[in-house]
Amino acid sequence: MAKSALLKSSLAKKYWMAFTGLFLCLFLVGHLFGNLQLLIPVSEGARDQFNEYALFMTTNPAVKVLSYLTYFSIIFHAIDGIILTINNRKARPTGYVSFKPSTNTMWSSRNMGVLGTIILAFIVVHMAMFWGELKFGGLEDTVYTTENGQEVRDLYTLTVKTFQDAEYGLWWAVAYALAMVAIGFHLSHGFSSGFQSLGVNHPKYNGFIRKTGWAFAILVPLAFAVIPFYIHFVLEKI
Amino acid sequence: MNLTLKIWRQKNANAKGKVVTYQVSDISPDMSFLEMMDVLNEQLIEKGDEPVAFDHDCREGICGSCNLQINGEPHGPDRGVTTCQLHMRRFKDGDTIVIEPFRAKAFPIIKDLVVDRSSFDRIQQAGGYISVNTSGNTQDANSIPIEKDNADMSFYAATCIGCGACVAACKNASAMLFTSAKVSQFALLPQGEVEADRRVLQMVEQMDKEGFGNCTNTGACEIECPKGISLENIARMNREYLKASLK
Amino acid sequence: MGTFESNTPKGPLAEKWTNHKNNINLVNPANKRNIDVIVVGTGLAGGSAAATLAELGYNVKTFCYQDSPRRAHSIAAQGGINAAKNYQGDGDSIYRLFYDTIKGGDYRSREENVYRLAEVSGNIIDQCVAQGVPFAREYGGLLDNRSFGGVLVSRTFYAKGQTGQQLLLGAYSAMNRQINRGKIKAYNRHEMLDIVKVDGKARGIIARNLVTGELERHSAHAVVIASGGYGNVFFLSTNAMGSNVTASWKIHKKGAYFANPCFTQIHPTCIPVSGDHQSKLTLMSESLRNDGRIWVPKKKEDAEAIRAGKKKPTELSEEERDYYLERRYPAFGNLVPRDVASRAAKERCDAGFGVNKTGEAVYLDFSSAIMRYGKEAATTQKIDNPSDAKIKELGKEVVEAKYGNLFQMYEKIVDQNPYETPMMIYPAVHYTMGGVWVDYNLQTTIPGCYAIGEANFSDHGANRLGASALMQGLADGYFVLPYTIGNYLADDIRTGAISTDTPEFEAAEKEVRERIEKLVNNKGTKSVDHFHKLLGKIMWNKVGMARNEQGLKEAISEIKELREEFWKDVRVPGSADEMNAELEKAGRVADFLELGELFAKDALHRNESCGGHFREEYQTEEGEALRDDENFMYVAAWEYTGNPSEAILHKEELNYENIEVKTRSYK
Repeated sequence: MAKSALLKSSLAKKYWMAFTGLFLCLFLVGHLFGNLQLLIPVSEGARDQFNEYALFMTTNPAVKVLSYLTYFSIIFHAIDGIILTINNRKARPTGYVSFKPSTNTMWSSRNMGVLGTIILAFIVVHMAMFWGELKFGGLEDTVYTTENGQEVRDLYTLTVKTFQDAEYGLWWAVAYALAMVAIGFHLSHGFSSGFQSLGVNHPKYNGFIRKTGWAFAILVPLAFAVIPFYIHFVLEKI
Repeated sequence: MNLTLKIWRQKNANAKGKVVTYQVSDISPDMSFLEMMDVLNEQLIEKGDEPVAFDHDCREGICGSCNLQINGEPHGPDRGVTTCQLHMRRFKDGDTIVIEPFRAKAFPIIKDLVVDRSSFDRIQQAGGYISVNTSGNTQDANSIPIEKDNADMSFYAATCIGCGACVAACKNASAMLFTSAKVSQFALLPQGEVEADRRVLQMVEQMDKEGFGNCTNTGACEIECPKGISLENIARMNREYLKASLK
Repeated sequence: MGTFESNTPKGPLAEKWTNHKNNINLVNPANKRNIDVIVVGTGLAGGSAAATLAELGYNVKTFCYQDSPRRAHSIAAQGGINAAKNYQGDGDSIYRLFYDTIKGGDYRSREENVYRLAEVSGNIIDQCVAQGVPFAREYGGLLDNRSFGGVLVSRTFYAKGQTGQQLLLGAYSAMNRQINRGKIKAYNRHEMLDIVKVDGKARGIIARNLVTGELERHSAHAVVIASGGYGNVFFLSTNAMGSNVTASWKIHKKGAYFANPCFTQIHPTCIPVSGDHQSKLTLMSESLRNDGRIWVPKKKEDAEAIRAGKKKPTELSEEERDYYLERRYPAFGNLVPRDVASRAAKERCDAGFGVNKTGEAVYLDFSSAIMRYGKEAATTQKIDNPSDAKIKELGKEVVEAKYGNLFQMYEKIVDQNPYETPMMIYPAVHYTMGGVWVDYNLQTTIPGCYAIGEANFSDHGANRLGASALMQGLADGYFVLPYTIGNYLADDIRTGAISTDTPEFEAAEKEVRERIEKLVNNKGTKSVDHFHKLLGKIMWNKVGMARNEQGLKEAISEIKELREEFWKDVRVPGSADEMNAELEKAGRVADFLELGELFAKDALHRNESCGGHFREEYQTEEGEALRDDENFMYVAAWEYTGNPSEAILHKEELNYENIEVKTRSYK
């Protein structure tokens, strides 16, 4: 019993959802610290630092393990979410004529599936643009030569140019920001919900978790979203 | 007050149901919602129509029989009350009120607004008890002191009336608030701790079998619960279950 | 067995129950597996009996009209459950509980039964705690107590204002354990419509499946009726809408005597009637009388001004208030027994001092309790020179912790804040002490048919003390019936399974079917509720809190007429083979229309006032009840003969060997 209980039961699905979700929150923090390097002025060697960092992130074995864990979490989180959504739909085959969930729940908590789908779409595009290009893309554009002489794709230039593009740069920034809004909403429910699912609920600490969740849901996506606009408007053109 | 009522009518479990509109007049604001339904039924009987079937019994908010979805919310717009405790002074003259049964796969409709909530009973039969014989050969009641806070929390969990509003309010038709209240009630007491693992595993298994949806922590249940059963109970159940399934 | 013999055991009072248990027949565990028992009703009595019988090994079938056993009306009991535990060290004992109950019942109950009740009361608490019932506790972790009316000790265990709920959930969880084991089969949404007798013994029932309308035959070696009281004969009562007398009445018509039907408890603290639309009344727990003070204005002008809405109760000074219970009964004050408190309220209102629009309400005031608790709280919280507002605030917190749910309930119904303005209350029908006559073994005059809990008459005499109904229900179900029924079933170990394919079942089912068809095909012009309301009016006005010969005679003939009209003119829409709430109600009201007549007849024959039965002709100069022990110290057990008014009276004389019969005084 205990075995299947940790895989198949409704509660198990919650645990996995919470576990992967909270892990992805950690990932977001890490990712953000990487991205913040894009705020360094070009004149202070931002290109070198960012590209070295990118190389480290794609080659270090420990980071590799983490990154596979991240892919797994994203995929599992999404699949688990889809299964849950399907099951939950089945639990009420005939809907109400009048249903007013807005009187008792927050919009984000009811639309985690929609938000999740938007985020997933964003991740696909995001990966294709930066990560995909980095790994599988050719070297025909700008090339960056690392300290030990290896030639890799110049991710810094690619990123900065994308957002500084005169015609589409601002649009990319806006699209990126919208995705961050979706992540913000997703987090506004997801963060504290993860704790609840794992059984962490105590009157003494609930306020703290909730407030941290809100702060996290606002500050992290905001910080992410600021970067493209900074690149577009403030950073010196390259 | 004069009101327009839009009520779900369904002859039996297999029939197709539909919303039927009725008018009622001379409703006093002091009436309870179910007394207003009585007035409607008297009117229907007088006309030779079949009265609307709905569950109700104690009419003082404790038996958990009454269960109407009123204007999109279980037990109507007031908080902390059952349908029978809702009074017409909450509505305005000329209002239109939509009245539906609680809807969930695990609550099949029997007739009109009456649903079958025996799934709740089965969840409790799966383990919602302490296995002690009723022989009376038990130790003195005061031989186990229980921390007041725990006794009180257990009591609050046990005040669940099993009406099903949590399921009705949940967008996923999840029964976790109900089940967790039952799990918590015993898990919080030393008497119930002994078989806590078995209990939570069995009750959750039965809950899943009944076809309830999953909890996505929207919190609608806690807000609509006429007895204010706290989400803390769900977290406690999550904890208890995790603990039990890791063993 | 199954005769009109009380079957009380010999020997000293305190040893009777033990001796009896030692000497009655037992059924061995292997044989119990071959014996079926039907339990009708799943409240505290039925639920606890079903669980215990199943645990002993019998095959149990339970029946309830609700969709789940957990919804039986025991769940609505608020205040608490008595037990002679003496945890408070205030001199309580089994004897004292026994004495208080007999005295509270105005010396009209059977000594042996009451002593047994007091004897097992402590065990109930042990049992419930073991089952996980979360009673209120003190900070030390031990159980808390409070006081109830009619006693001078604190022996009431409670769980806020939801004690009945918690106890019922305890019994229900015990049932669930047995359902899970397959030892109980629960037939919910089923209503018993007749008992089946074979060779004079109860051998089964006819039940209607309330979802499909199907009539079902169920056989058993014994039938236990635990279907509660018949307060709904008054239409308005604190009972649940579905509470009914049908099961008890059906067995009465098949040979079970019905005892003391006129002993009905009118509870003093209910929310007053607000209008004609009212469908039921809501009780405010007696526990409120621990802290609330009952009063009406001293001057009629003030009462009139309040009724007209020109004055507010809070504007009246202490001197302008008449705390009539404290004035009349200084020893017990606001905690006099229910019958006394109810009559006193009626007396004040009849004299023109009522305080709501209809003039039928008195005040229950918490302002002094709020101030008292506030001062206490200020002291413990070390607040020096607290302002009145601060004291009030602290006091309100204490009162809320104690009675929060009741106050909230009141506010929802009346739309007034009882923390700020006194509650309005008025007496309402609440409990019926009368019921099916049973012997010491709880067996009715039909062999193999038992009655437990409120359905029987046995323990409360002419008036029940607060917090004793829960005690009796659980005592009967957990600790008495499971033993005594074995004595009967011991003779049935060779009977084997009972077939339902017999002429007796056939005939009973036919009778039930014909009656249902008659109701459905009647096609009259008036709804069931129309008749029920009329019956309620007759009962309340003429057979209610105060009765007199003329009124009772009128009631008897009016009820008879109403019954005839009911059968001529009732309209039951829908058909018999589906869920049909009107049909269910019609069957129940038809039985009430018969019971009501017997009720009035019983009240008419009892030429005395005792407990809840108050005959205006028999009162002292001060308006207190005047008992006639010489002529009426007996249980009136009525035998059905085909017409309620022609029922034959059998008397079970009551002997008090261990208690001195005195005039009840709470002064």
